[in-house]
Amino acid sequence: MARYIIRRILWGIVLLVAVSALMFLLFRILPTGDPAKLRAGRTQNPKVIAEIRNDLGLNKPLLTQFWLYMKGIVLHFDLGFSYYSSASVKELIASRLPATVSLVLGGAVIWLTSGVAVGIISAVRRRSWLDRLSMGTALVLVSAPEYWLGLIALYLFAADIGRFHIFSGAGTYVGFTTDPAKWFSSLILPWLVLAASNAAIYARVMRGSLLDVLGEDYIRTARAKGLTERRVVFHHGVRSSINPILTILGLDIGVLLGSAILVETVFNIPGIGRLNYDAITHADFPIVQGTVLAAALFIVVANILVDIAYAYLDPRVRYS
Amino acid sequence: MSDPGEPLLRVEDLRVEFPTEDGLVHAVDGITYQVRAGGTLGIVGESGSGKTVSSLTTMGLTRRQSALISGRILFEGRDLVPLSDGELRAIRGNDIAMIFQDPLSSLHPFYRVGDQLIEAVQAHNDISKARARERIVDLLGLVGIPDPGRRADDYPHEFSGGMRQRAMIAMALANDPKLLIADEPTTALDVTVQAQILGLMERLQRELGMAIVIITHDLGVVAELADDIAVMYAGRIVETTSAERLFAQPEHPYTWGLLKSIPSLTGPREEALVPIPGTPPSLIRRPSGCHFHPRCAYSQAEHTRVDPRLEQVPGEPNHHVACLLSSPERRSLWQELQQGRTPEQALSEVGLPEAQA
Repeated sequence: MARYIIRRILWGIVLLVAVSALMFLLFRILPTGDPAKLRAGRTQNPKVIAEIRNDLGLNKPLLTQFWLYMKGIVLHFDLGFSYYSSASVKELIASRLPATVSLVLGGAVIWLTSGVAVGIISAVRRRSWLDRLSMGTALVLVSAPEYWLGLIALYLFAADIGRFHIFSGAGTYVGFTTDPAKWFSSLILPWLVLAASNAAIYARVMRGSLLDVLGEDYIRTARAKGLTERRVVFHHGVRSSINPILTILGLDIGVLLGSAILVETVFNIPGIGRLNYDAITHADFPIVQGTVLAAALFIVVANILVDIAYAYLDPRVRYS
Repeated sequence: MSDPGEPLLRVEDLRVEFPTEDGLVHAVDGITYQVRAGGTLGIVGESGSGKTVSSLTTMGLTRRQSALISGRILFEGRDLVPLSDGELRAIRGNDIAMIFQDPLSSLHPFYRVGDQLIEAVQAHNDISKARARERIVDLLGLVGIPDPGRRADDYPHEFSGGMRQRAMIAMALANDPKLLIADEPTTALDVTVQAQILGLMERLQRELGMAIVIITHDLGVVAELADDIAVMYAGRIVETTSAERLFAQPEHPYTWGLLKSIPSLTGPREEALVPIPGTPPSLIRRPSGCHFHPRCAYSQAEHTRVDPRLEQVPGEPNHHVACLLSSPERRSLWQELQQGRTPEQALSEVGLPEAQA
């Protein structure tokens, strides 16, 4: 098991190095414009441009540039400097991270529990009206765009502009350390919106996976042993069918941490997705590069964790 | 076969049907058989003959598939058909246990073998995990697994095929069942391992005095183990008698076909196998008259119209056959077949017209 984990981590590091190299290629070498001018933002101040040229070492040979770049990332997590915002990218991302983490993890808890629960119930009561209703609702929620759901949610339930003043509206986010109660209430609607479409996917996946597993021979053996149906479904059935859920959970969290743009924008939450969006509109290269690298890091870490979870759940994986 | 008292299991006119989109599947069409305590019944038939469904129904495992069940299944005199699922669960894995064909897919891949056995014990007994573990380690030793204390902590994929089947048998024995139903227990195993497993089952039966129902398509398997044999075709029993008599004096063309399909180690090398032509019939739209007539080399005109019932062979109280040919005709045909004649030759020797199919 330890060897399995170490191998996964090593591969993760290799992957991150490869992604960093790719970023270097995309943002330093490929652009047809002058890299310094591209980073100087809209203002194009010649003094700033010269400063950038110096900082990036654009006068040095390419390989030296690459070496300096990788050294910066690996040793200092130096993701560059945003001349437009006059702040290091690392600091900007770090300051936005808590908001995104709050949004994504909170949403994940909701969509995981509700999606898996609905999926299990639908599988066990296959073809009942409950099953058909939940799968139908799931289909609608999966098809609806997140920003549409967000806007409808605000229109209906936001305390300030909604028809029913229940939840805090957009733009009310505060950090957890500032005011925990307000932090929580400001996130309820965003959580529900983020969770809605995801829960639907998870419910459908769980239902399908559990139905497949319930047809397996070892389920028949479990029933033949005289176990209660509950134990058969949970201890034997759900345990085997949870794998696909883990896979997409890893992907979802990894991806969302880097780019929950839609929900963050609709609800005005100052997270990384929003940071990225703003940077793109201002052509702020360093931030875009930095957020992409950060996103890659999240995804790699999430996938390593998922792989470890697989090995923990399925003993056959450990020996391969 | 003398029957001291009540049989342990008696299935009476059992019918199991499954409603499907294509129609009603008549999986089991009115079968009657019994097993005495400590005895062994072999149920033989091709895939789709209904042999597995009848046993699954005995355990109540077909209820989930909205099976329509009628008839009686008397276990120790108690009818299992009207019992609630809770009452049946008390019997499943306890008084009646079942083992299945593929031991790799029949064991949960994520849990240790020992834990799965402990689960079987704790499902029916209120004992601690430690004591349950003692018991299952004994059982694993009983079924011939070396170093059972250590092997109990292995996962199913770490066992060989034969050992897995032994573990399944141990799991079935966990609560001292009175009846063990073995559904194709050796089909997925190598031949040498098959012999070992059958030997194990025989030994366990002697030592524990439990009854066995062994379901198989392989006549060689039942020749070893069974006291009595029931041959099933298209959801019905077409012949049933003691094992000795079935091999010596079979009286149903299907049984002849099965026997003639087995290669013989002692016969001449050039002797061709005589397979049964055709495939098992659909259980939704079954052939008219005798369900076997499309594949029968000896069917006559009226066999397409009349459905034979299981009847006693004259002079043999423990031999029942469902065939429209008369017993003397069948005995002569079998004699001809024994002497190496083809079905057509046998027919002409006995003086019957060619098959009408």
